[in-house]
Amino acid sequence: MGNNPYSPHTEADRAAMLERVGVRDIDELLGAIPNDARHPKLGIGPGLSELEVQAHLERIAKLNTTAGSGPFFIGGSIQRRYIPAAVPVLALRGEFLTAYTPYQPEVSQGTLQATFEYQSLMAELLAMEVVNSSMYDGSSATAEAAFMAVRVTGRHKVIVATEVDFTYRRTLRTYGRGPELEIIEVPTAKLASSAEGAACLIVQHPDAFGSLVDVRQIADAAHAAGALCVQVTEPHANALLEPPGALGVDIAVGEGQPLGITMSYGGPHLGIFACRESLVRQMPGRIAGQTLDANGTRGFVNTLQTREQHIRREKATSNICTNEALAAITAAVYLSLLGPEGLRAAARAGVARAHKLANRLAALPGCAIANDGPFFDRFTLRTEMGGWDLRNALIALGIQVEATASHYYAGAKQTGKEPAQANAKPYVGGRREGRDDVIVQCTELTTEADADALVDAVAQLTRSGETVAAR
Amino acid sequence: MSVRTQTIPDVGAKTPVPALEPLLFELARPGRSGRHVVSHDAADIPAAFQRKAPLRLPELTEPQVVRHYTHLAQLNYSVDTGMYPLGSCTMKYNPKVNDRVASLFADLHPRQSYRTTQGVLALAYEIEQMLAKITGMDFVSLQPQAGAQSEFTALLVFKAYHAKRGEAATRRRIIVPDSAHGTNPASAAMCGYQVTTVKSDARGNVDLDALRSALGPDVAGFMLTNPNTLGLFEERVRDVCDAVHAAGALVYGDGANMNALLGVARPGDLGFDCVHINVHKTFSTPHGAGGPGAGPLCVKAHLRPFLPKPWIVREADGSYHYDTAREDREPAGLGDSIGTIKQRLGNFGVLVRAYTYMKTLGEEGMVETGRDAILAANYLLALLRPAYDLAYDRPPMHEFVISAAKQKKQGASALDVSKALLDEGFHSPTVYFPLIVPEAMMIEPTETEPRETLDAFAAAMLRIAERVKTDPAAVRDAPRFTPLRRLDEVTAARKPVLRYAVPGVAGAE
Amino acid sequence: MSRVPDDLRYSKEHEWVRLNGDTATIGITHFASEQLGDVVFVELPEKSASVRQFASLGVVESVKAASDIYSPISGEVVERNVKVIEKPELVNTSPYEQGWMVKVKLADKGELSKLMSAQDYRAHIGETAGAGGD
Repeated sequence: MGNNPYSPHTEADRAAMLERVGVRDIDELLGAIPNDARHPKLGIGPGLSELEVQAHLERIAKLNTTAGSGPFFIGGSIQRRYIPAAVPVLALRGEFLTAYTPYQPEVSQGTLQATFEYQSLMAELLAMEVVNSSMYDGSSATAEAAFMAVRVTGRHKVIVATEVDFTYRRTLRTYGRGPELEIIEVPTAKLASSAEGAACLIVQHPDAFGSLVDVRQIADAAHAAGALCVQVTEPHANALLEPPGALGVDIAVGEGQPLGITMSYGGPHLGIFACRESLVRQMPGRIAGQTLDANGTRGFVNTLQTREQHIRREKATSNICTNEALAAITAAVYLSLLGPEGLRAAARAGVARAHKLANRLAALPGCAIANDGPFFDRFTLRTEMGGWDLRNALIALGIQVEATASHYYAGAKQTGKEPAQANAKPYVGGRREGRDDVIVQCTELTTEADADALVDAVAQLTRSGETVAAR
Repeated sequence: MSVRTQTIPDVGAKTPVPALEPLLFELARPGRSGRHVVSHDAADIPAAFQRKAPLRLPELTEPQVVRHYTHLAQLNYSVDTGMYPLGSCTMKYNPKVNDRVASLFADLHPRQSYRTTQGVLALAYEIEQMLAKITGMDFVSLQPQAGAQSEFTALLVFKAYHAKRGEAATRRRIIVPDSAHGTNPASAAMCGYQVTTVKSDARGNVDLDALRSALGPDVAGFMLTNPNTLGLFEERVRDVCDAVHAAGALVYGDGANMNALLGVARPGDLGFDCVHINVHKTFSTPHGAGGPGAGPLCVKAHLRPFLPKPWIVREADGSYHYDTAREDREPAGLGDSIGTIKQRLGNFGVLVRAYTYMKTLGEEGMVETGRDAILAANYLLALLRPAYDLAYDRPPMHEFVISAAKQKKQGASALDVSKALLDEGFHSPTVYFPLIVPEAMMIEPTETEPRETLDAFAAAMLRIAERVKTDPAAVRDAPRFTPLRRLDEVTAARKPVLRYAVPGVAGAE
Repeated sequence: MSRVPDDLRYSKEHEWVRLNGDTATIGITHFASEQLGDVVFVELPEKSASVRQFASLGVVESVKAASDIYSPISGEVVERNVKVIEKPELVNTSPYEQGWMVKVKLADKGELSKLMSAQDYRAHIGETAGAGGD
């Protein structure tokens, strides 16, 4: 008693329990464990009180500079957005937080109905027919979409655009080593002409640099070649942009974190996965469905489970078991609070502020917007300083942006949208061999003061010609 | 403590069952709004890209939304509600301080510079060190976001290891025991491997002779859960590992049942080459109605070169950064690494909770945790033994598997017993798993249920066993006191309704 | 007691064959449908697909189980039962009549010798009596 504050057993309890078991000591129950392996010294130190552990973690947390502590323009698939107060209050209720997978539907209708509602809301947002109950994150959802396309088409070649988020492409490449898929990266502009023999074309819209992409043309090309079209999407963009289901997309995936989920340095987040109904039997992950109980009352269950690992084992559509159910519930709470108009407002704010900021930055000497067409709520800024030097100099001024390395283009033989990058190579040994830029993301949390700070800082840094040693 | 005994039908003391809740869409009315985000900005989007599809999300006020989700929450059973003895899932208490501490790290983006995230890196580095010490391994990757993703990661590591030795083309098979979780064969298949199943012996161990005859130069690895899914410690675990190694293959430890071994034994001392940890099981992070989890992969030194990148580097001055040639870049060369499973540090928000728990327990608390979990399982088994069959009769570790085969003959199956338990105010154990035990009920009490609760659970189980003898039809009719009766899963699968049909929208059913 | 009609040939994997000229009708046995429970989904090959004896030709699923259907005979699919795809419960209610799966144009009549008689199949599933169709 006393070493584990969450253990309820008194010494008297333990003695009574041991007596009932019929042994004198717990050690008598450990006979199967090799003697020399029992009770090793771990060397992890003594336990702390709650007060001590809270203070300890607060000290460590102070070593970070949080996003909200200054002008913040890092975004991409993971975005700093406004989270209504009611979101965590509801989604983190103990009955959701401390339940598990709804194996007993009679006492899990809260989870199942909230999941069914999440599927319905997301299907509506994406205009897709079927949405699963969640994947881990956008990157694993993208990789699983490729695997699904391979199952559906029986082909082993996957074509992915270089303008797809680089973390997604890395995960895709890593996953692809399992079934030994042929994964080819081409610029978005070349996707449509690369469809021959492919299982799928993977396009991101808006792309990693913020640019808008003609997805319909890519989907048409994919279908003409017997391939599927996979779109990587962002939830807020769908409030204003034609959604995947209206563009001929077969599988839509993306990161659901911007829907009321904290950034938390990368996770836990929400993998969105949607597809055509005709493909549902090849879909990975759990799905909630509507049915009736023995009294004829409407209720919800996990359904189409024969796709899953606990039944199909090595023939399952995926190995996923634990998913991100709580994040899906969180996203549903967020969407129900914002409603269609709130979601459009948040999206519009990001777009408007990004365009206004881009115009101001482009007016500075030596600065240009590198997107070669229309962009959404982020854009790519090119200065003479180079992206990494600019980004590091801005950190010193308390402003955080993301630098885009030329590795975005590393897989491309040539790129239609970035002539200056055509011969870009990855960084080798710290020496910069290609151009690099910064990406500036705006959301409804981007203020005028943030924008002023960035414009002033870039003006000052580029005017003075200051260079900061690359690290 | 909270024991839900209020719905015991024997005494007729049934409290009102929470009412069902309409769907969000059914509560909505056009024009309602919460005014959470308002924008007067005009977005400049070319007409060709603008949304023309209708966006019929429900329109609701905040009070409606709050009541809706509060009502839904009340329809759920959870660890905060009562005992949740779901075997293999370790539904222990989830400390609240863990959640609060995690919020200290909520407002951080994974693409921030190492310079603005020294706290994250320091914490992650220490988590890696602690997990290595607890498992007896040498290095840790925090990237996998769940156990199954960690299995897949480990098998990619195995593949890279064999490739490095020029044996990738020949080693195409993974062996799993017949008691394995479904994720094991599924992960192996995703990784391009063929799967061979070996049977268990009469004592619930891997059949060593069957394993030896399955091993050969074409085998890449063996996946073993220890304690296994029967809750039994592999009695010849070192012989098993030796046999696999002698064939040139690697041993994967599925750490789903690591709670039994906390402070009691370390996979690294038993012959495993690697082991994953389900921190949502062993280290008390909330299961979140199905997720999130986190599944750090802990490996011996010979597998380190193949771990996902980037890795955290600690400098002599106590500062931290990633091992990239330049910050945030593709590593100068991936070397032998398999690549990246998840950007940077996986489900960091979950890992912070696990860290808080580990710091709270400390060395002594951890030892007590493993031992109490084992004691609770053995105690509960002793209480249930008079009424239920036991497939393998030797002391279990943190969980055990009983069979309702006797009850089935009397007219009520394991499923029926599990539904009757819901009426008694308890969550059901895992049923029909592992597959090798007929009418299996896998029970994991965890170390955080008080003796009184264990007694109450056992009393409920014994009452149900008695009722099966006298009135099996009543047990087959359970549950009767839950928000819904048994649900028609056959119709759900035959005629899938997977979303609400928004009236008038193409594509909706 | 499972029904095992006398006029059919059977495979070890619980499929039956009914011969009509050089066309074989294929289904799964009453015993198999009872083992599966309520069938919720049937996946069958397209018309003119070729199937090989004892290789998988489709899938039949209940809520908690999925089983391959192994073709008891080689040949070319000339018809598939659209009704059983729409109403999978026919596999349970009428396994030997309305619940058939595909019709195959036989490639090799000699393969029939590798299948069991009703009597042998009854022994195979541990039942000694119970003749009769539905």
